[in-house]
Amino acid sequence: MRVASPGLPRVGTTAIVYAALVALLVISTALVAARGGSFLSQANTVDMLTRSSLLGFVAIGQTLVILCRSLDLSVGYVMALSSLVAATTMNGDPNRIVLGAGAALGVSALVGLVNGLVITGLKVNAFIATLGTGLLLKAYLDTRYKGPSGAVPEAFQLFGYMRIAIVPLSTAVMLVLAVLGWILLQRTRVGYHMFAVGGNDEVARLSGVRTGRTVITAHVLCSVMAGVAGLLIAARFGTGSAQVYSLGYDLDSIAAVVLGGTLLLGGRGSVAGTVGGVLILATLDTAFNVLQVDPFFKDVLRGAIIVVAVALYARRQIDPTSSRARFRGGGGHGPDPVPAAPPPRTGTTKAEVTS
Amino acid sequence: MKGNPLRSVLSGGTATAAALLVLIFAVVFVINPSFAEPSSMLAFVKKAAPLVILAAGQYFVIASGEFDLSVGSLVGAQVVIAAKLLDGEDSRTVPVLFLMLVFGLLVGVVNGLVTTLLRVPSFITTLGMMLVLYGAIRLWTGGAPTGALTEAFRQPGRGGIDAGAIGLVPWSLFVMLAVGALAVLLMRSPFGRTLLAVGDNPVAASFSGIRVALVRTGAFVLSSLLATVAAILIGGYAGVTAQVGTGLEFVAITAVVLGGVALGGGKGFVSAAMGGAIVLEALFTLFNQLGLPSTARPAVQGVIIIAAVALAAPQLSGTRRPPRRGTATAAPVPTPEPVG
Amino acid sequence: MDGGGHPVTDLAEDAAPGGREHEVLVRMSGIRKSFLGNEVLHGVDIEVRAGEVHALVGENGAGKSTLMKILAGVYRADAGTVELAGEQVQFEHPLQAQAAGVSTVFQEFNLLPERSVAENVFLGREPSRRGLVDGERMVRETADLMEGLGVAGFTARTRVGSLSVAQQQVVEIVKAISQDARIISMDEPTAALSDNEVELLYRMVRELSARGVAILYVSHRLKEIFDLCDRITVLKDGALVRTGGTSEITTDGLVKAMVGRSFSGFFPDKPAGTVVGDVRVQISGGGNLQLDGIDLEVRAGEIVGLAGLQGSGRTEIAHALFGVDPFTRGEVRIDGSRVRLRSSRQAVRAGIALVTEDRKAQGLVLRQSIMANARVVLDAVMPRSSSRAARRIPGVLTSLELSSRGLDQEVRYLSGGNQQKVVLAKWLVTDPGVIVLDEPTRGIDVGAKRAVYELMRQLATQGVAQLVISSELPELIGMCDRIVVLHDGRVAGELPGGSPEEEIMTMATGSLT
Repeated sequence: MRVASPGLPRVGTTAIVYAALVALLVISTALVAARGGSFLSQANTVDMLTRSSLLGFVAIGQTLVILCRSLDLSVGYVMALSSLVAATTMNGDPNRIVLGAGAALGVSALVGLVNGLVITGLKVNAFIATLGTGLLLKAYLDTRYKGPSGAVPEAFQLFGYMRIAIVPLSTAVMLVLAVLGWILLQRTRVGYHMFAVGGNDEVARLSGVRTGRTVITAHVLCSVMAGVAGLLIAARFGTGSAQVYSLGYDLDSIAAVVLGGTLLLGGRGSVAGTVGGVLILATLDTAFNVLQVDPFFKDVLRGAIIVVAVALYARRQIDPTSSRARFRGGGGHGPDPVPAAPPPRTGTTKAEVTS
Repeated sequence: MKGNPLRSVLSGGTATAAALLVLIFAVVFVINPSFAEPSSMLAFVKKAAPLVILAAGQYFVIASGEFDLSVGSLVGAQVVIAAKLLDGEDSRTVPVLFLMLVFGLLVGVVNGLVTTLLRVPSFITTLGMMLVLYGAIRLWTGGAPTGALTEAFRQPGRGGIDAGAIGLVPWSLFVMLAVGALAVLLMRSPFGRTLLAVGDNPVAASFSGIRVALVRTGAFVLSSLLATVAAILIGGYAGVTAQVGTGLEFVAITAVVLGGVALGGGKGFVSAAMGGAIVLEALFTLFNQLGLPSTARPAVQGVIIIAAVALAAPQLSGTRRPPRRGTATAAPVPTPEPVG
Repeated sequence: MDGGGHPVTDLAEDAAPGGREHEVLVRMSGIRKSFLGNEVLHGVDIEVRAGEVHALVGENGAGKSTLMKILAGVYRADAGTVELAGEQVQFEHPLQAQAAGVSTVFQEFNLLPERSVAENVFLGREPSRRGLVDGERMVRETADLMEGLGVAGFTARTRVGSLSVAQQQVVEIVKAISQDARIISMDEPTAALSDNEVELLYRMVRELSARGVAILYVSHRLKEIFDLCDRITVLKDGALVRTGGTSEITTDGLVKAMVGRSFSGFFPDKPAGTVVGDVRVQISGGGNLQLDGIDLEVRAGEIVGLAGLQGSGRTEIAHALFGVDPFTRGEVRIDGSRVRLRSSRQAVRAGIALVTEDRKAQGLVLRQSIMANARVVLDAVMPRSSSRAARRIPGVLTSLELSSRGLDQEVRYLSGGNQQKVVLAKWLVTDPGVIVLDEPTRGIDVGAKRAVYELMRQLATQGVAQLVISSELPELIGMCDRIVVLHDGRVAGELPGGSPEEEIMTMATGSLT
């Protein structure tokens, strides 16, 4: 049991994320200014916001499943599938926009349903389940679509290119969905139950929460969000593209989520933090572009930042005043016997352990 | 696990892997009798050896209760490092091989220490390592691999001993057998048993005097070293490209799971994990023989891992499901009902 | 074990204590329950009245927890009936019990540390308005409940993970009240609380009882029972001994009713030739966050018992000595030389063995073989010579009369007693000079218990120093040369082996202080 440090309010993780974002913006602005440029110019800001919208969609969905102590590695493939379904259904016909978007999101939802059912019904570890469905989708995409397919009507391409002042439409949509995600988690029962399932499956169950249904809902929503990202891809490219899955959105979205302070093991986190994490990654990308840093350095730094961020969050978890102390003074608390073994994901792996 | 033959067949073990292998090859031979010739079989072994070695490495990490997602990009990094450092100079072969092993060791130590001492989940640690390696190597080479591998370097991966009638016996067969034998011996040693103990129950392991962090770090080091060995064979077999190694971590995890090793740790045999790798390669071969497009391969992989894990999961029993609210047989009691 | 043979005296059938007249809220009659063919409740009757605080007491293994869990819907009784406010009920699941107004506060909390108090209180029953959770109402109602109970120090919005154990217990109680609980069972609620935290709990319990809520209060602490409870039901060996008003019994009488099991002849005699020798382990002024001023020595051939209530520091001493949660003050000497014990590995090297209290979580790697478990310490600490040392394992296991299907059988398939033998074997093969046995006979059958006792006697003849922790006082009394009693992380006193249980209990409950 942790005991609160007396008198000190807990600094919210989300606040730390946004403080880091502001610091990053200040540093980037200073660095760019030193070279006689302007970091927060209109072009750069638009670039940054556009980058965040695509990853943002996926990461918001990923937040929901990770909160439930699950995980989705299939999002990149869902994005690709959604872009193809949308583009081939629309096939350049402006009258079929709604049909195409609906079909794309419907197919995405179906993938999420399968993920959720495999995880809760067949008790397959989320990592394996979504890796598996992802591979199945990959095989389908690679076999069925050799190159870009379908065409998106101009009207729909506006989703990719239209701007409201400085804010791209896609970013605005992403922010609206983020607000909806926030409402879901903060104001709806299913959102409450996601925290509960991720925090402690057994406690949730004993309190009457239908845990399986909650996890399935999270997976469906996560896939739908990936589907929205796929629609944006289609709108940007004007066509559906199978190769989107190789862009690494699956792992990037997980990175953005944990960077935003959501525990990889579930039960704690927020959409606001995730949006912060997404903005940090997008700012890094834009800053590197403007500073003409080697794009590969970006990968190195990103990998390092993710690990360091999670390590720092892990530190925060270990409260120095942990465990009920009867006698204080005379040296600190002894080290834990074991570095906390990351408990396996979802109830499914718990099942594995005893199998 | 009783009573269901399908379950017992698919839930793994060395014997299961062997049985599956025989079955697959029987089908392959029927489709293409020439595949039964020693030269074809040896060519198959040459192709399968790197994955078998990777699976052994991944086994150690999974058995200790962790994941290693960095092996794919480590293989890629090692091949590119070798090409750049060798630059076609035969005399550099041995020093470069040595350097690669040192680099592999370093990667494993970092993975292990970050996971155990900094308490970062290994999924994130090795994901970060994957990104770092991917970027760092391209940063170093300016995007595309440069230099060239030497003939001597490529020998283990594509050369062999000419054995007359049966053709070329590949070096990779010997490397694979040596790695396999060492892995099995290691698992029978005190280290192997402590590794499984750590994967099974880290708390009990710690109460038994096991240094859990050290053992887990050792598993990561083994994984990285074996990925280095696999990289040497892959570089020799396929040469150097920018894509080399991509996705291998998931293929290796699939192989290990197919070998009946439990994710989460503590259960399974290294021999079965390596057998799983051979079965997986055999399946890919079967697909070629059936004329299925290579793009369909991932589908097999996807179905296999889900099925293997689903069938290894215990039956749904023991936990009583909560009844729906309000079905209590007790006297009705006013409970605060949600308004609205 | 002679079930059901104790005389039942019911002194309070018609005289409600304190002049209160209250309806019977819960009536459990003829409750029987067996686990694996071993009957632990032999037809127990109990009545709890609205507004009373009803103590359920008895030694470990008397059946208190089982009875409580049957009421809570965790277990189903094999026979007997449960009536709630006159109507017969059968709970299939804790949720049903809760819905009917039967709540339980277990020692392990059913709370989510990352969520707020209000969110925990209303988990699974969140009030909503127009599809959205009415967070304000949740907070308001929680705050009202807290205010009604006089809770201070935290609010409905506080994150549960930042609360103390006592405060979390309060949250559990608030949760129960919010479900309109009519009876709340509490399983050793004060076990983990400090003295001033206990006050908070007392206030809460009195407030609840004033509102007509019935409290079923399971505790070992006699002082609490007399302070707080209206009536007392005593269980022994799965049978009812007596039910009566608190005023009708003295502390002595209660202890006598709880204990007095006939154990004569059960514990093997000390064999001739057992010599108590030099001091093998000596703790001077040992302390850490849980312990303070611990002075303790165990000599070669000696068996020293550690008695005390749960949370008094017994297991903490074992863990400190074993380097798991080391002493940060004072010093430890093994065979006269000062040692640093900062890890279990160092402790093993110093010749200490620890048979842990929780066999499955701390003692065994369940999916590994008997052999792998028996040699795990050898493998960990002396890998080079482990194979040679492991040759002794089959012999050691045979002498412990392990029954198994072979040494490659996974230990998870063994019975509790056989599992414990594997744990003992893994330590015996390291030839320890000091063995700490934490609840060595918990959850094992009589035959295995006997084997453990005989082993202890035999180790004593070999000059091993043994420190035994047990909640079963007869075990300490029957086996130990000396019994050190702990209270609140300090040594409360020392008694010779064979001392009456009452004396130990009195010392352990702090009734003297």
